[in-house]
Amino acid sequence: MKFIKFLLLGIVFGIVMAKSEAISWFRIQEMFRFQAFHMYGIIGTAVTLGVIGVAIIKKFKIRDFHGNPILFYPKEKSVTRYLIGGIIFGLGWALSGACPGPMVVNIGYGFLSMIVVFFFAIVGTYLYGVFMKKLPH
Amino acid sequence: MRELITQTWAWWFSGAMIASIMFFLLYFGQSFGFSSNLRTICAAAGLGKKTKFFDFNWKAQTWNMAFLIGSIIGGYIASQFLSSGQPVEISAATIHDLSKMGIAAPASMQPQELFGWDAVFSLKGFLILAFGGLMVGFGSRYAGGCTSGHAISGLSNLQLPSLIAVIGFFIGGLVMTYLIMPLIF
Repeated sequence: MKFIKFLLLGIVFGIVMAKSEAISWFRIQEMFRFQAFHMYGIIGTAVTLGVIGVAIIKKFKIRDFHGNPILFYPKEKSVTRYLIGGIIFGLGWALSGACPGPMVVNIGYGFLSMIVVFFFAIVGTYLYGVFMKKLPH
Repeated sequence: MRELITQTWAWWFSGAMIASIMFFLLYFGQSFGFSSNLRTICAAAGLGKKTKFFDFNWKAQTWNMAFLIGSIIGGYIASQFLSSGQPVEISAATIHDLSKMGIAAPASMQPQELFGWDAVFSLKGFLILAFGGLMVGFGSRYAGGCTSGHAISGLSNLQLPSLIAVIGFFIGGLVMTYLIMPLIF
């Protein structure tokens, strides 16, 4: 039962991503071709409000509903892994038109061919797990 | 009123809702990052027996799997009850550019040329979807996050690593869009 709230948040996420067309391959192409503001507006609004909200949480030491302080952990410092990993991710994002969240929203929307994309995203994650020791980080 | 719901939702509303989801997750003691689910699925499938990266307490990630299942349901609700069935209204410039690659103007949410069954069951079409997914899955774990973990959560916390990752997302996306896609389509 304690997972119901996460299920509901997921439902809202799926509806919002679908209704704002952020799950559309066409919208991702439009974004990478800099031919509309739409996707930049979505990400820009989320980040702007996010920066303000996170700053407020830190300043007023706001606690979560368990009563624990909301903590933010700095990400481990590096350039290599973020840049190379990011580039590989970007290549796949532009080609398939979907990052992991939108993949599953698409499956629910009725584009069952996205199951192929999602399955291979799992395979890709598995391959990273197998070869991570050999990769520069 | 009905039209307000069935039309394309405004970018500012979508962005504000995504930020709200991130804050609700923080309030519930978790953080917004979707691609972690891919690792969780590998771990739940028992791959941790041979590969250390998948040997972790994946049951602590059940909340995120609930979020994933919710996302599927949300997509279903949007298409069945909240959609007018209108095609995606992308810019005329994008329609023009895509037509040069043999991709017709939108007739729905996604191009038939990539996601229709004819495409999926052709060798080239299958490889496009498979490699696209493979790179997203591999790259997100290598970079330690995807659009939600880095572009939304990470940038909101002013993390330099997340900015580097997002720059990487765009380098990869631009190389694919301008250099590689014209060769494969």
